[in-house]
Amino acid sequence: MKKYTYTEKKDTRSGFGAGLHEAGKRNKNVVALCADLKGSLKMDDFANEFPDRFVQVGIAEANMIGIAAGLTIGGKIPFTGTFANFSTGRVYDQIRQSVAYSNKNVKICASHAGLTLGEDGATHQILEDIGLMKMLPGMVVINPCDYNQTKAATLAILDYEGPVYLRFGRPSVPIFTPADQKFEIGKAWMVNEGKDVTIIATGHMVWRAIEAGEKLAEMGIDAEIINIHTIKPLDEAAILASVQKTGCVVTAEEHNKFGGLGESVARLLTTEFPAPQEFVAVNDSFGESATPDELMTKYGLDPINIVEAVQKVLKRKK
Amino acid sequence: MKHTIKELEDIASQVRRDIVRMVHSCQSGHPGGSLGCADFVTALYFEVLNHSTDFKMDGVGEDLFFLSNGHISPVWYSVLARSGYFDIAELATFRKMNTRLQGHPTTHEHLPGIRIASGSLGQGLSVAIGAALAKKLNKDKSLVFTLHGDGELQEGQNWEAIMFAPFHKVDNLIATVDYNGQQIDGPTEKVLSLDSLQAKFEAFGWHVINSDGNDMDAVVKSLHLAKSLAGKGRPILNLMSTQMGYGVDYMVGSHKWHGTAPNDAQLESALGQLTSTLSDY
Repeated sequence: MKKYTYTEKKDTRSGFGAGLHEAGKRNKNVVALCADLKGSLKMDDFANEFPDRFVQVGIAEANMIGIAAGLTIGGKIPFTGTFANFSTGRVYDQIRQSVAYSNKNVKICASHAGLTLGEDGATHQILEDIGLMKMLPGMVVINPCDYNQTKAATLAILDYEGPVYLRFGRPSVPIFTPADQKFEIGKAWMVNEGKDVTIIATGHMVWRAIEAGEKLAEMGIDAEIINIHTIKPLDEAAILASVQKTGCVVTAEEHNKFGGLGESVARLLTTEFPAPQEFVAVNDSFGESATPDELMTKYGLDPINIVEAVQKVLKRKK
Repeated sequence: MKHTIKELEDIASQVRRDIVRMVHSCQSGHPGGSLGCADFVTALYFEVLNHSTDFKMDGVGEDLFFLSNGHISPVWYSVLARSGYFDIAELATFRKMNTRLQGHPTTHEHLPGIRIASGSLGQGLSVAIGAALAKKLNKDKSLVFTLHGDGELQEGQNWEAIMFAPFHKVDNLIATVDYNGQQIDGPTEKVLSLDSLQAKFEAFGWHVINSDGNDMDAVVKSLHLAKSLAGKGRPILNLMSTQMGYGVDYMVGSHKWHGTAPNDAQLESALGQLTSTLSDY
């Protein structure tokens, strides 16, 4: 098992804030919009340096998505910022018609995704957003795993023409990817090469997959760990190559098991290379109030849950 | 004036013929609102807009138009074709397999003249505000025009946009509401009353003008008045009274023709009332 260490923990939303600020410096067409959550989305640096290109929309997310779509017509590259719940479910029809169907170059940037929002509870903890967004034709869906990867992803989507959903979160998590990484949309990152089982993880679950991989190594199980940061378009070649080698797979995501990364992987494998799969994901449930760590434990998203899923899937492997 | 009022009225008559023929041909679509707005859309494209039929999505240096109530696509398609955005023969493909003239307007099929999909109601004003903000950022002095149904104002997103535009001084925006008092299920007064739209918009900080949308001279004058009010710190609302189905006697003023196609006899009757001034497609 390749050794991963970290010296610092930071929230992925701060990676977005840093990336947005840098994007604003690189391209004068970048416009940032927020719906009364500038501080929560870490958009202050951008707003302070480029006040003319920052639009405070107020608590009106539908209007924000429409304005963003309109801005693209004049050649602007809008980045909208609010919580993941208000970035997707609340404005699904606006995204569907004015952004996705109209193929507008809008970057929908969504913080506080998943359970790790914590104490605010289920009204704010969306676990369905990946599914909602990946179903839209032409929508790119990205869920980076740490501060550095989120910053790199924010800059990568600046250079991509088309609608993007970028999902990140609130809690401080280990920074274990390089600061100077090249982020390639749709390209999986091989975290650890192994031969017994493939673990495919996205977002906050990637570090947990590494912790699980270390435990598995102690048990004599050689896990291949792949980070799928881009859920759509899916890096099908990387997943197939890995599962053809290992013969079984565990997917791990901070999302409902319905509609998430796991289902995308299952769809691919069912048609191309059927293999036993286990899902580490929320089991068709809403969240609730508690600390992020308590919630990850209660809803079965800890490293131990990945270890157990691996043990289960290995028994089904022929 | 680029055209006389008579010339504009003649074009509008042909546009009305196009509308009923298109809707009859595919036996679906929305003739009522299309007919009611034929004078407005004709005046806009043939007299008021500074635009190029050599279509560019970004519209830099051009006035832009957004149709928020996308179901009245027949009037827009006809005027775009008659203006020269595409061949009038293509009007015959409306709502048919592989057409660029989808039931509701879309950029998806790359029809020249269309910059955003509309159909699901209540989204056009927000989009237009975004386009207007982009013009300001680009130091582009041209204007953004919109058209909305009155029933459409029951959608909440409009009021987010109506609140936003004056606060952010989006004064390069001229919105027109097709105030015909009808929607699918009946008169707006019975479905969900809009009460005083003028008072509502004024309370939100808009400059409101009133106009008669089925009097070509009044339509042209109101649009020029609206243009003269642009750049003065406030968005402009043109509250335009029309009659649904205007120009075809049996359709006038009835919500029943919101989304119903005429049969063969009804088509003949309608065409008998609408002079062919340019050739039919």
